[in-house]
Amino acid sequence: MAPVLAFERLPCVDGEVVTITINGRAHEVDARWTVAAALIAHGHTRCRCTPAGPARGPFCMSGVCFECLVDIDDTPNRQACMTPVAEGMQVVLRQDLRVLA
Amino acid sequence: MKELHPDVVVVGGGLVGLAIAEGLLRQKLRVTVCDEGDRAFRASRGNFGLVWVQGKGVNSAPYARLTSCSAQRWPDYARQLQRDSGIDPGHTRRGGLSLCLEADELAEKAAAMATLKRHTPGFDYEVLDAAGVRRFLPSASPDIAGGIFSPQDGHVNPLQTLHALLTSFEAQGGTYLPSCSVDDIQYQAGAFSLTAPGKCLQSARVVLAAGLGNARLAPLVGLHAPVVPVRGQVMITERVAPFLAYPTTSVRQTGEGTVQIGDSQERVGLDDGTLPETLAAMARRATALFPLLRSAQVVRTWGALRIMTPDGLPLYEESRSCPGAFVATCHSGVTLAAAHSEIIAPWIAGHASPTLLETFDGARFSV
Repeated sequence: MAPVLAFERLPCVDGEVVTITINGRAHEVDARWTVAAALIAHGHTRCRCTPAGPARGPFCMSGVCFECLVDIDDTPNRQACMTPVAEGMQVVLRQDLRVLA
Repeated sequence: MKELHPDVVVVGGGLVGLAIAEGLLRQKLRVTVCDEGDRAFRASRGNFGLVWVQGKGVNSAPYARLTSCSAQRWPDYARQLQRDSGIDPGHTRRGGLSLCLEADELAEKAAAMATLKRHTPGFDYEVLDAAGVRRFLPSASPDIAGGIFSPQDGHVNPLQTLHALLTSFEAQGGTYLPSCSVDDIQYQAGAFSLTAPGKCLQSARVVLAAGLGNARLAPLVGLHAPVVPVRGQVMITERVAPFLAYPTTSVRQTGEGTVQIGDSQERVGLDDGTLPETLAAMARRATALFPLLRSAQVVRTWGALRIMTPDGLPLYEESRSCPGAFVATCHSGVTLAAAHSEIIAPWIAGHASPTLLETFDGARFSV
């Protein structure tokens, strides 16, 4: 079984805070973060499923690997690492594959 | 142990080279493959993974027969590859479709398939209207003219296949030398000396399976391989729930849920980049065929150079001035992989040349 990664926030200068929801649960997160950073900070190192293997999550943190796809507000499968957080943002981690319609 | 004095050196470690090399191992020969490095052009990553029969060899009955023969061998070939490598090539053969937006396109294709049926009576196909296509692919647009379905078409995971081939080759004792681009080949007293950076190999037989590189290498051993690059661009979407149960010639969905969109054929020399205009045209056609693709996100695109001979048919030839040197090159390295392993390799190993191969001799290119 793949190891569960534990991330620790390093000391840094305090910044502004915004509130986002992850799977309906509200969290205060650093306004400078990307959605991927916010997910990892709150224990969501796996955020999507795949048809042929185990769950996956943010990996490259730079827009290349496309493993950090989550639903953000009304748009499905956005790259969490390329999206800065914003006040009131709703992030949903899919439990199933996106169905094209 | 790295074999620098094998029975055969295969120049080129792509789908063609490795399939032949693996087949040669089964002929009980010691085989070394010399491959370029990671930055080589590699047609092996520029294909659609189709193991395709329909439409192949309309102008050449022998090519139709070779294609059909290879496609029929593929299921057992895939099982053998998986047994020997532990890697599943992901081959399925449930049928495939080519789709047409316009009625005249469909009529042309239907006529071509009728000709193909005359060449290879065992070829099965159906001409379908839009409703017929949608029985196989419910998400196809109702506005298309129709398409051709053949139960004998299939597809495979091309990267897994390459991985399986290399793993199987090494597991059976083959030597694979990466970053070993062959600079020169000398023939003397029935033996070949190959020079690569920091290495010299000797063998009684050489197989040129270096794709576009064959053009440069062939004259070194008295052969002529007039191959040119044809670029294909591909778009890859995010992974979505399965909706395409059958592959088509320009849109297919992989087992991981990714949708792969082709298909372009461009003569742009050695440029393996992408062009927005071409990608846009591919996207327009793909969404005209499958409207629900409009909302799919494109994850990456790339271009790759494939191989084309003057008549589009494979080239398999033994050198007359340097016996023991062979060239093997083709456009459909995926479909023909089973034939390369099970028909071409035995011929290279010294078995009688199948009559089927006469058509593919390079003499046909001489003016």
